[in-house]
Amino acid sequence: MTFKSKSGKSKLGGALLAAVMSATALQGAFAADDTIKIGVLHSLSGTMAISETTLKDVMLMLVAEQNKKGGVLGKKLEAVVVDPASDWPLFAEKARQLISQDKVAAVFGCWTSSSRKSVLPVFEELNSILFYPVQYEGEESSRNIFYTGAAPNQQAIPAVDYLAKKEGVKRWVLAGTDYVYPQTTNKILKAYLMSKGVAESDIMVNYTPFGHSDWQTIVSDIKKFGSAGKKTAVVSTINGDANVPFYKELGNQGIKAEDIPVVAFSVGEEELAGLDTKPLVGHLAAWNYFQSVDADVNAEFIKEWHAFTKNDKRVTNDPMEAAYIGFNAWVKAVEAAGTTNTDAVLDSIIGVSVPNLSGGTSTVMPNHHITKPVLIGEIQADGQFDIVQETAPVVGDEWSDYLPDSKNLISDWRKPMSCGNFNVASGKCGGKGS
Amino acid sequence: MTSKVAFRVLQSLGLLLCLIFSLAAPSFAQQTDPKPLIDALSKADFGEAEKLIGQLAATGDARLVPALNAFSEGDLYFRKSDNLVFIGKAAGSNYELTDPVTGASAGQTAKNAVTKIKINNSLRRVIRSAMGGLTLLSPDRGVRLQAADAVLRSPSAENLELLETAISKETDGEVKARMVEARAVSLLSSDRSIDEKRTAIQTIKNYGGRNAIGILMGASAGLDPSLKGDVDAAIASIESGQRLWDIGQNVWYGVSLGSVLLLAAIGLAITFGVMGIINMAHGEMVMLGAYSTFVVQQLIRDHAPGLFDWSLAIALPVAFLVTGAVGLVVERGVIRFLYGRPLETLLATWGVSLILQQTIRSIFGPTNQEVGNPSWMSGSFPVGGMTITWNRMWIIAFSLSIFVALLVVMKKSSFGLNMRAVTQNRRMASSMGIKTPWVDAFTFALGSGIAGIAGVALSQIDNVSPNLGQSYIIDSFMVVVFGGVGNLWGTLVGALSLGVLNKFLEPSVGAVLGKILVLVLIILFIQKRPRGLFALKGRAVEA
Repeated sequence: MTFKSKSGKSKLGGALLAAVMSATALQGAFAADDTIKIGVLHSLSGTMAISETTLKDVMLMLVAEQNKKGGVLGKKLEAVVVDPASDWPLFAEKARQLISQDKVAAVFGCWTSSSRKSVLPVFEELNSILFYPVQYEGEESSRNIFYTGAAPNQQAIPAVDYLAKKEGVKRWVLAGTDYVYPQTTNKILKAYLMSKGVAESDIMVNYTPFGHSDWQTIVSDIKKFGSAGKKTAVVSTINGDANVPFYKELGNQGIKAEDIPVVAFSVGEEELAGLDTKPLVGHLAAWNYFQSVDADVNAEFIKEWHAFTKNDKRVTNDPMEAAYIGFNAWVKAVEAAGTTNTDAVLDSIIGVSVPNLSGGTSTVMPNHHITKPVLIGEIQADGQFDIVQETAPVVGDEWSDYLPDSKNLISDWRKPMSCGNFNVASGKCGGKGS
Repeated sequence: MTSKVAFRVLQSLGLLLCLIFSLAAPSFAQQTDPKPLIDALSKADFGEAEKLIGQLAATGDARLVPALNAFSEGDLYFRKSDNLVFIGKAAGSNYELTDPVTGASAGQTAKNAVTKIKINNSLRRVIRSAMGGLTLLSPDRGVRLQAADAVLRSPSAENLELLETAISKETDGEVKARMVEARAVSLLSSDRSIDEKRTAIQTIKNYGGRNAIGILMGASAGLDPSLKGDVDAAIASIESGQRLWDIGQNVWYGVSLGSVLLLAAIGLAITFGVMGIINMAHGEMVMLGAYSTFVVQQLIRDHAPGLFDWSLAIALPVAFLVTGAVGLVVERGVIRFLYGRPLETLLATWGVSLILQQTIRSIFGPTNQEVGNPSWMSGSFPVGGMTITWNRMWIIAFSLSIFVALLVVMKKSSFGLNMRAVTQNRRMASSMGIKTPWVDAFTFALGSGIAGIAGVALSQIDNVSPNLGQSYIIDSFMVVVFGGVGNLWGTLVGALSLGVLNKFLEPSVGAVLGKILVLVLIILFIQKRPRGLFALKGRAVEA
């Protein structure tokens, strides 16, 4: 129960611009030997709070559930919640504090790639473990990070395949927010589409700033691009708040999913909660989990979530599933290793299989990514997704095969290779990336 | 008691008999009963469903329209016990089932006793075209217009003869024109003669617009090579006609962006422009206005759903009063102690903005809230080759009327006179008996209230989240500084010219670079004219 008071304090701290001080001052108070501490590193204030607060709640729920089952290794788990306030350098500071001062066994956190890149050197230097629960652009594999969200081949490429095969799409708009995830994903997608014989003139790439709210010109450009007599689709890596005005403009300019479907990689149930989805019915999203998945384990998870949040309108989404998988994989690995020691857990976690929420199991692979199925869903009038396609489990591919810089690289953290960027052409460890 | 029951039974029996006779009569006339086709949907995958819909459309049975409509809306279910298909509507925790062909009620059933028949985009397209074919001869004008539109959007040669019959019977001019266009489009993919196709290309060309280009480009691949010249000429002619409209459309987008900037900045034009307070909490006033709209809509949804189309009108005074009151408290509680100390004001108001954000986050949660668009703010209408969306048009009208109203208050009311007197010469105004502290407080409240009203409008096009205000604060300061501090007209001209400039840069250099270029241009402009577009002159400036 101690974590509750702490999260309350740090929330207040954020409001008063004193989050750093108040959270630091509280650290000493919870040094007990009969608990295992885990860190929760999600922004509770600032621009990313909109997405990350939910993940903090999920972690608290998972910890509470695990403690009900008797904890881990006979000890209770204790979540240490800190607020990095959507500030990338502060993520690194907070991570250092969690590892060195709070002595947490593992950290669950980060949302944006920028925050992950900011904490990566800290985790490698202090040799701790981070579970990263959000879909990302790939091109990275760290000894100390587990990527439980989707790599591009677990989300973007199957979605494009679906549109090409089932909708007969021949012309592509790659629209994204101007930062690393959309840029890299679109680079991979462009290379992939061109390898499938799509002409460069049939691909339009468009970037917009964060929080872009005036979509009139771009939507009418998409309309123009789509009136070339070939079936057109939009692949959207538009992030966060910019999505609502984008979809509103699409609806108002009368672009229906039957004419120009939009498939999004960053729009889930949570994002749709702020929208009237009736004009959007039929637009698509690709994830590894939807709340509408018909599985007993999912029904139970949703029930627990509603009970924990005391709100039966709260939705569940894909990063929540990724957090769930990551947490359970860690618990299983710790129990197998019999200790929370980082090196022992890093060895024991590879190959661990845990149930995912779509009714199958996810396995932690030697490249620190996991296996999971890819689901394509169409938006419904009630803000949920109707699943129109589900693939067999796909292994996350950290180094894309479609980018010239990374196609020869693989990652395998098992001994004796223990390398995150092994170059199969030169037979040496090392190359581009970390 | 028993007689009552017996009467009920008799009554419903009678109704049932009537129903059976009335429905049975036409169905005898049909060669095929569509019910087995519909029931087959329960076991069909997407590909098979597509074929079934084709067969349903081929029956030409207009009674199928509700079923197809329900299917495309995702309201078609099959009962697990007997695999029969029904139209289902949620009724509490149950579904109200009706027969898909006759429309007769089939009672209620628990949600888990039925399964929804899945639908995807390509099925929706097939249904749209099938529905178009089935409803072309409907007696209702609106339905016929929709049908012609549907055929136009997904043309197929099979509908051609039906269209020709419909055209010969049509009396309404608009519907007929749409049908002629649809016929021309459908004809291109048929096996009619080349001459007929040439005329069709001319017909499409005369209608013009972006869609016509798409249709022609799409059809050109399958056409006889001798028609290629005609198609190219038609496309070139449409495009040259479209060019001027494109410029017009761009200006419209610019004005529309400008009106949003004006809305966001106009409150700041008072607090910063007139009073000189560097008000970093301005964006949060906009955000509070948007949340007031959300709360008002929530209350209306719960208590008086019929008033929903009026929700924005009701939210306007609420937002004005709420944000005005918050502004008053902020001025009395914080800002009045800091007049003449701009740096401290900046920091204090920034702190206020963080407190307001986190308060809203604690009350409503960090996620976006849904603010609905009333029906009169949804959709768009064409003006020549341009598309005008209703919400943007209303926002332009709204921001201009706020501007005019504010101008009237400033120039014609006694409060406006006091306000100008205090800002021009505080000590003189005070000597004349004006209570300057209260004028300050109410001026700040007015500026905040107007920001709140802006929030009502912005809730229609942007997210309603605690971060809403942050995205507007920089733009607002930019507009006020560019237009000239202390001048309302400057704010208007500044907002509109920045909007148009932005929209003309965006297509050629992209949204990201466009924004940077605008900032650079403003910085250069301020170097040249430090007081902005419309600089105040005279002694007031030095005071």
